Amino acid sequence: MTDTAWIDAALTSARPQAVGALLRYFRDLDTAEEAYQNACLRALKSWPQNGPPRDPAAWLIMVGRNVAIDEVRRHRKQQPLPEDDQAISDLDDTEEAIAERLDGSHYRDDILRLMFICCHPELPATQQIALALRIVSGLSVKQIARAFLVGEAAMEQRITRAKARISQAEVPFEAPGAVERNERLAAVAAMIYLIFNEGYSASGDTADIRAPLCEEAIRLARLTLRLFPSESEIMGLTALLLLQHARASARFDANGALILLEDQDRSLWNPALIAEGQALIEKAMRHRRSGPYQVQAAIAALHSQAKKPEETDWKQIDLLYGALEVMQPSPVVTLNRAVAVWKVRGAQAALDMIEPLAPRLSNYFHFFGVRGAFLTQLGRNDEARVAFDRAIALANTSAEAAHIRMHIDRLIRDSQPPAKAGK
Amino acid sequence: MFYAILCYHDEDFVGSWSKEQDAAVIQKLSVVQDKLAKQGRLGPVARLLPTTAATTLRKDDPPLVLDGPYAETKEQLLGFYLVDCKNLDEALEVARDLGAANPGGAYEIRPVGLFLPGGAAT
Repeated sequence: MTDTAWIDAALTSARPQAVGALLRYFRDLDTAEEAYQNACLRALKSWPQNGPPRDPAAWLIMVGRNVAIDEVRRHRKQQPLPEDDQAISDLDDTEEAIAERLDGSHYRDDILRLMFICCHPELPATQQIALALRIVSGLSVKQIARAFLVGEAAMEQRITRAKARISQAEVPFEAPGAVERNERLAAVAAMIYLIFNEGYSASGDTADIRAPLCEEAIRLARLTLRLFPSESEIMGLTALLLLQHARASARFDANGALILLEDQDRSLWNPALIAEGQALIEKAMRHRRSGPYQVQAAIAALHSQAKKPEETDWKQIDLLYGALEVMQPSPVVTLNRAVAVWKVRGAQAALDMIEPLAPRLSNYFHFFGVRGAFLTQLGRNDEARVAFDRAIALANTSAEAAHIRMHIDRLIRDSQPPAKAGK
Repeated sequence: MFYAILCYHDEDFVGSWSKEQDAAVIQKLSVVQDKLAKQGRLGPVARLLPTTAATTLRKDDPPLVLDGPYAETKEQLLGFYLVDCKNLDEALEVARDLGAANPGGAYEIRPVGLFLPGGAAT
């Protein structure tokens, strides 16, 4: 690796810990970010000459703090600050005190807080994700804008707005109690899942651009899990992301069209990610504290274990979706369960299961896609056609629309009288 | 004699490599490995999954199963090589070659007391 690549990786990996600690000192996101940026500038000058510090994060925290304090002092000469100012009251920590904390787990509440403020409930989901990618991951506004397929100026504005909202909100700085820590953790997990979904739900033509979002979500999930190694839901979340992402290169064909699970070339699945995901979900299950992420990961693990589609354990998948319905009742979960029911008990049973969902899923693309598939198998082609037409109208991406169109073509082809032999 | 070259590095750091950076490192390492393999000196090579996938069994009575790696340290055991070397100098030379291909972190070089290659299919 070149020098600069090495430094890039070191700065990226140290970022959550460093910005998190600086946020604790300065209690202001902009100051913390600025301090971190200044420390990075000094690192770029100093590290190539002096070699890497033993603990890059501790180095960045110390330097960032000193630079910011110098700044405060310079301002103070011009404009005296009140004596009891909180922001600079705990500056007595010595250099060694920081350097001694080599262990990342000492910082876990810092990192958790940093992630947690990004998923403030007042922020809409899109702002949460953008903010987390900017603040925690350190992606540039340009990179984030690209991933969200919007202009740089629009993304800049979205992030600025989110920051303004946060600075008005009360950010808790005291060390959280056990209950509160769990609540924060749940919010952070949901945010990581959102980031992943943004990348995962990309269509074929944008999959390459958005794949980094999946990779970043996995990095954040692993980081969170390293801080809370015994949290079975964080294990489940990480496993889920790994198992889904393992299929990334098999999900689209050369033209960017969606390839369904059963038609995917399974040799393209990433065995290392599957192995890691399966190891994690196995570990999680030992805790016997089930949760929605673990169940979803278990379902993904069953798919990944099947070497051929017909080897899929649909019975077990049906049971797991049943468990998920109890934990997290939602028409979308039932819709997914219906696909498993279809494989186990046939199209009629599956159709009966989803009919009651119609009023609540009347604008949901997948509802009509799945319904069309069930009706096709039952030979009710006219009704299937209506469902597929509705699905196309609701498609979010061109890949989704193209996929349904393929079904319709098949219906039309099958409904035509067979060509005469020996034409 | 076989020497184990145990690879330690900061997992957060290695986990921050882009896919391209990771592939570049593996490519450079494979050059060193190929040389050793041609000389018939390379034993098993393993890259371990992240420590988040690790479980520790404390052999207390009763044994205690813990999540995570054995020791919580800044640098984690990420993988190992087994290499046939005449002496420590030779083993250090191999480690230096590996280190030149993938700087950062540390190698622990441990002479192997007993080596049973086993028969598991890879």
